Amino acid sequence: MSETTIPVTTRKDWASDQEVRWCPGCGDYSILAAVQLLMPELGIRREDTVFVSGIGCAARFPYYMNTYGMHTIHGRAPAIATGLALARPDLHVFVVSGDGDALSIGGNHLIHALRRNVNLTILLFNNQIYGLTKGQYSPTSEVGKVTKSTPFGSLDQPFNPVSVAIGAEATFVARTHDMDRRHMMETIRRAYEHRGASLVEIYQNCNVFNDGAFEQITGKANRESMLIPLRHGEPIRFGPDGSKGVVIDAQRGAQIVDVADVGEDALLVHDETREDPSVAFMLSRLARGPFEPTPIGVFRDVVRPDYGTAVDQQIAAAQEQRGPGDLRELLRSGATWEVA
Amino acid sequence: MSKTTHRSRAPEVVDRVIIRFAGDSGDGMQLTGDRFTASSALYGNDLATLPDFPAEIRAPAGTVAGVSAFQVHISDHDITTPGDEPNVLVAMNPAALRSQVGRLAQGATIILNSDAFDERSLAKAGYDSDPRTDGSLDGFTVYEVPMTSLTKAAVTPLGVKPRDAERSKNFFALGLLSWMYTRPVDATLEWIQRRFVSNPKVAEANTVAFKAGHAFGETAELFDHPFEVKPATLPPGTYTNINGNTALAWGLIAASQLADMPLFLGSYPITPASDILHELSRHKNFGVRTLQAEDEIAGIGAALGAAYGGHLGVTTTSGPGMALKSETMGLAVNLELPLIIIDIQRGGPSTGLPTKTEQADLLMSLYGRHGEAPLPVLAARSPSHCFEAAIEAARIALRWRTPVVLLSDGYLANGTEPWRLPDVDALPDLRVEFATEPNHVNEDGEAVFWPYVRDPETLARDWALPGTPGLMHRIGGLEKEDGSGNVSYDPANHERMVQLRAEKVARIASSIPPVEVVGDVDDADLLVVSWGSTWGAVDGAVSRARRGGHKVAYAHLVHLNPFPPNLGEVLKRYPRVIVPELNLGQLAHELRSRFLVDAKPVSKVRGLPFTAAELEQAIIDHLKDS
Repeated sequence: MSETTIPVTTRKDWASDQEVRWCPGCGDYSILAAVQLLMPELGIRREDTVFVSGIGCAARFPYYMNTYGMHTIHGRAPAIATGLALARPDLHVFVVSGDGDALSIGGNHLIHALRRNVNLTILLFNNQIYGLTKGQYSPTSEVGKVTKSTPFGSLDQPFNPVSVAIGAEATFVARTHDMDRRHMMETIRRAYEHRGASLVEIYQNCNVFNDGAFEQITGKANRESMLIPLRHGEPIRFGPDGSKGVVIDAQRGAQIVDVADVGEDALLVHDETREDPSVAFMLSRLARGPFEPTPIGVFRDVVRPDYGTAVDQQIAAAQEQRGPGDLRELLRSGATWEVA
Repeated sequence: MSKTTHRSRAPEVVDRVIIRFAGDSGDGMQLTGDRFTASSALYGNDLATLPDFPAEIRAPAGTVAGVSAFQVHISDHDITTPGDEPNVLVAMNPAALRSQVGRLAQGATIILNSDAFDERSLAKAGYDSDPRTDGSLDGFTVYEVPMTSLTKAAVTPLGVKPRDAERSKNFFALGLLSWMYTRPVDATLEWIQRRFVSNPKVAEANTVAFKAGHAFGETAELFDHPFEVKPATLPPGTYTNINGNTALAWGLIAASQLADMPLFLGSYPITPASDILHELSRHKNFGVRTLQAEDEIAGIGAALGAAYGGHLGVTTTSGPGMALKSETMGLAVNLELPLIIIDIQRGGPSTGLPTKTEQADLLMSLYGRHGEAPLPVLAARSPSHCFEAAIEAARIALRWRTPVVLLSDGYLANGTEPWRLPDVDALPDLRVEFATEPNHVNEDGEAVFWPYVRDPETLARDWALPGTPGLMHRIGGLEKEDGSGNVSYDPANHERMVQLRAEKVARIASSIPPVEVVGDVDDADLLVVSWGSTWGAVDGAVSRARRGGHKVAYAHLVHLNPFPPNLGEVLKRYPRVIVPELNLGQLAHELRSRFLVDAKPVSKVRGLPFTAAELEQAIIDHLKDS
């Protein structure tokens, strides 16, 4: 808020005095560590930072950050954060949510925050399960998932959070995972730096109710062949020695190919800034689930005026045109008459 | 009919008149009524209005379902209601006549658009025979005026297409009524020019139609003479005519200025509350932020988020939206943040009667949340009182850091009355002192900020805004330890917090004025207790009953939680207590359980306000009870 220089802080300064109470081994610990390590690098003040959450395991996050924080109700964090961000454009507002919170009970608020482009950094911890309520299937669980509420297997087609966000007119969409601190920090940094709504899907392991859900792609031994790093301006390649790549086929859309078969020049060059979201959407559909090669990194980062700035501009224009409001004049703005 | 000319026809002075304009939804009856009201206000009458329109935007033309009506009561003395039974009905078609005739006073005057009484229209309205000739209107004074053809004849020479020409017939009716009640004409003519400035042809047609209607009254030999309702003697001051929703919007703007906090409205469109959103959206130069949210829950959520950031957070809705907001209200109770929730009540349950009035959300407002979640509840009593009520809601919300429910209803929202503008300098100071320094020393001797340290007098918690250096803290919906605000599952702490939140709300009573008793304060045989929009009708009924020799006292409640501190004592002072409400007895239920008095409900749930006559009868009936 003030003009003076931002004090140098360390991870410790951003940690609250509260004991962290996730299950031992939960992926949330590594996300918390990544965020607490990242914050000192962002050049912002703790008092100007607010973490807003809904309900779920992920929603405990604000209690552990030595910033302002609000642990609200199930699914509503994007709506509450929208009000805060519009009221206080000087603040850095983060929303921490899970797959149930953001995509099931709060799906409506998430898509509207994204399409309005409210200046929020939304971290969606996706563990494909309901943890806090002890293990029911979630809107990102795979078809056939056997849980307490689906003993015969779930029948629901899951959401792909990146596809949902791109479909909801989001201006920044990215994906990272809890096994790679550096990638998490870099991706969340990019999300923070984006003006407007940014959504980061974070694959997060729930070692109690859905252990190993992402192991096939995020396990150390599997990453090279199963994660497709998206890097702006570079051909999309992955696999040992970059032997695999992504092309756009005129008939079949985005496809994984052997680079040796098509030649490097045929590969799709990743462009986060494409106005048309179709290619980003195609990339989001490359994997049907975390068992096929899956893109990570920034899918989309386009510039569109953020909602709060537009709101403030309307107010400034109204004040410019009509002057700051005068209550006496307002009360006399209809037909008036005097009684002596 | 006599053959006198208009010059010899001096107006007959009457002290009041109730006029009802009725026609098809597309006939412009609301506009006609509004304009008649505006010229009456400028003339200096006291007045009250009651718009009455269907929920459908355009129900099938010519049917009873599609009738839109506007009632205005003008008077040379102080009045509080739009009147019980109209003395004059303007019916633009048979459906309008059929739907309204049952409301009229004995011997009322009916002015019919006779052009609309063809066989087809009569059948559409459900008439088997023509009411003009079958004797069903005996006892009324009926004037048949071919408004459609007279309007067409006047307007067609301007080059207006016949179909468009017909559209001006409401201005013909307005002109005729303006003559009948000697309303000032110039202001209306100027208004037509302003209103239709973008379409000069329509402005001209409406002007000509208005003048034709006026001239018709003056020259046609149908009417004996015009009437005059003299200006009322109102307290000196500057007046404007205002409806409840506009008064609420202005009250919120005033509260934001008095609190020196920007106003933030999160709202989702719903009848009959949407006009507050519309009105506030126009006043961005006051720094007002309005968010038309994706749903009711997001509306209150955004308002709460803005409140956390130090704005005056408000959400506006009606019954169905209240149901959706209840979880967030509970969160606001738990967070102890100021928030104003405005419920413009309508007929329920469910979609119910969206455009009709009711007072059935009282118990929901008091108790409709899970857990022990008490919050203050207020109700506005008249359209102009909505201004003051909004400021009072903000005062309580800000000082006690609590969500406040402010109840209005469809009748107040759309009804209008003259309002003596308040002295802006005399409005209360609502500024809040935010925390800027630590308020606690922890075990390590470190100065820290604890979000739940309370003011010993009010029990309101310390409030530090995000952005305040050194006071970072977390709040949330989980139960928290008193003082530190840390999450706590301790049984004794939970009980203590439940009691503290209840006690905090109870202590608000010390800041509200004692309930005033009027009428036969010392020796009444019966006390009438009311809340909300029934105030006007009860006031009228009590006056009539007292004129009839009955001993009656009257107490009206604005604060419904907590109640004024003297209410229990007042209730026990009188042998009989009745509670008129547009529900099945919700306040009565509350008074009975809180004060152990035999308060008897007087109920009406027809989507319509009480009439003074109904309540006078209820008073007399209850006085007969031993």
